[in-house]
Amino acid sequence: MDEISKAVHDYVVREYLEEGDEREITEATPLISGGIVDSFSMVSLKRFLEKKYQIQIPDADATPDAFDTVQRIVALVHRFQKPATVGV
Amino acid sequence: MSSTTYCEELSAKSYEELAANFDWSMAERELGYQPGDPINIGWMCSDRICGLGMADKVALYWEDFQGNQQQFTFDAARVLSNAVAQFLCGLGIAPGERVCLFMDRVPELYIGLLGILKTGAVAQPLFSAFGDESLLVRLKNADTSAIITQKKHVHKVRKIREQLPNLRHIIVVDPGESPLLPREVAFRMEQVPRVEDFIVYPTTAESPSLLHYTSGTTGQPKGAQHVHYSIVSQYLTAKWVLDLQPDDIYWCNADPGWVTGTSYGIIGPWSNGTTQVVLDSGFNAKRWYEFMARRRVTVWYSAPTAIRLLMKEGTEVVREHDLSSLRHLASVGEPLNAEAVIWSEHAFGKPFHDTFWQTETGCIVITNFPGMPIKPGSMGKPFPGITATVLNTRTYEPITEPGLAGLIALRPGWPSQIRGYWSNEAGFKAKFKNGWYLCGDRASIDHDGYYWFMGRDDDVINTGGHLVGPFEIESALLEHPAVFESAAVAKPDPVNMEVVKAFVTLKRGYSPNDDLELEIMNHIRKRLSPLAMPQEIEFVDSLPKTRSGKIVRRILRCKEFNEPVGDLSTIMDD
Repeated sequence: MDEISKAVHDYVVREYLEEGDEREITEATPLISGGIVDSFSMVSLKRFLEKKYQIQIPDADATPDAFDTVQRIVALVHRFQKPATVGV
Repeated sequence: MSSTTYCEELSAKSYEELAANFDWSMAERELGYQPGDPINIGWMCSDRICGLGMADKVALYWEDFQGNQQQFTFDAARVLSNAVAQFLCGLGIAPGERVCLFMDRVPELYIGLLGILKTGAVAQPLFSAFGDESLLVRLKNADTSAIITQKKHVHKVRKIREQLPNLRHIIVVDPGESPLLPREVAFRMEQVPRVEDFIVYPTTAESPSLLHYTSGTTGQPKGAQHVHYSIVSQYLTAKWVLDLQPDDIYWCNADPGWVTGTSYGIIGPWSNGTTQVVLDSGFNAKRWYEFMARRRVTVWYSAPTAIRLLMKEGTEVVREHDLSSLRHLASVGEPLNAEAVIWSEHAFGKPFHDTFWQTETGCIVITNFPGMPIKPGSMGKPFPGITATVLNTRTYEPITEPGLAGLIALRPGWPSQIRGYWSNEAGFKAKFKNGWYLCGDRASIDHDGYYWFMGRDDDVINTGGHLVGPFEIESALLEHPAVFESAAVAKPDPVNMEVVKAFVTLKRGYSPNDDLELEIMNHIRKRLSPLAMPQEIEFVDSLPKTRSGKIVRRILRCKEFNEPVGDLSTIMDD
């Protein structure tokens, strides 16, 4: 798991998994369709990514599909990061 | 039961004829109910259907996002709801006591509701995404005696249980290996013996059935009290408006934590003996289409927010699935914009039919009927048996001139109208003017009698079809250590119609920044619910106030909607 994957994973576990929820979150776990992050809460996840990685994700690209797994979220972050900061 | 569909009836009679000759007693007769007899929704939706020869018909096809599947016949719904009822009686739950259902869309939720009602207790369904504060407020207000929940949600109950001394039983349907605490008890529906015979409590027409919480402009959420007689409206509107027929496979997207999920996600279809499907999963366009195609869904009751999310995914993904089984589409929760109606005709070959109603009405009251020409963007016409109008905002007299905006109002007396707000008589009385029930929405009526929604008449925020009260959000905002004052208002949103925006002034020592904004957003999401979470927080130096110091949300709301604020002289003098 690279740094971005780990940061997203840890944030999801910390902020969206309820206490006592023992589900394991992997990079491929469905977050939106799996009911872990709902479409309203997606906004706070988007805000977290924008703040942490200093990026702007246009609303048109912030779809439930694009936020459905840690893998896809990481791909989204990479897409909107400037080339010089990729992998940071 | 009659299998005549509304389309067939409409072809023989005009809408006006049906409305003029309408009498709710036709639904009573179809349900086999005579005034004065006992009437129990739990029995009506299970035992009665079995008695009509549908015991082996599937009542519920259920699956979750992982692909786990279960199915229940009407007979299984009958004996399992009997088991729930017997279990509750064994715990000492008495008729009239409130039993909360706090679960995701698992089978125990659907069957549990019937079981609670069979005991004569009052079912209090609450949205499982509610945080501990939202849960506490509602359980305290209802003086709830028992709560049925899942392992994944029980920790929220544990956080607040000491503040709820009258909450005698916390029933966990999937306790797993974790030890239970005092007052907690396991009920594993798949393991309990099925109960063939249970003496259903003889509730009558006016016996309380469900307590659904809804938000207003002021104060905490109000418990809308429904009665067992409401099934008369829910049965007939499900049959006529959703056009449920014997062979239908019906899908209602709504969560039973909200009124749509009980009126039309349990009572409406099951009182008609209709098979329904439930997908306990978050939004995913491909998954939804795949589910509908595989289950051969014929009638789909959805919501504008979901439809707009599907629109974003385009029509190509629709074409990848065989959705030819779809026969009738309807929508509820917020006004369905014309673009969505036109898009659905393009995508599915048929339009979504908008329906209008609310927690307090208990059933659809204004609607686009199957077979009636749809004017895209219109709410349709009043259901026969519902006398509706729009009232002048000052005189509360009906507006007779077409096209003029007024307050949507209904003449009281239809079967599923709430009988009051729990412990809030004043709040209920305030909903009536000049003998009309005020819905809290504004609309106009055109020359053809079609209603056109214009907006809320108060500060309540309609987000994704759910009403969120600003007071509850503002109270929770003030619990954050950095927040000095706050105001929560609606902000327009292309998908959810409205979302919550909060204006916040900070205490000395705090300064606005992105970290703080995210922290406050997450604070509200966890304390209340994702729906109540502000999607934007604007830090301001001060909030607009009346001379007496009351925050004037209207100014902030108008700014968000780019509307003129109008005359503020009377408000500012408040």
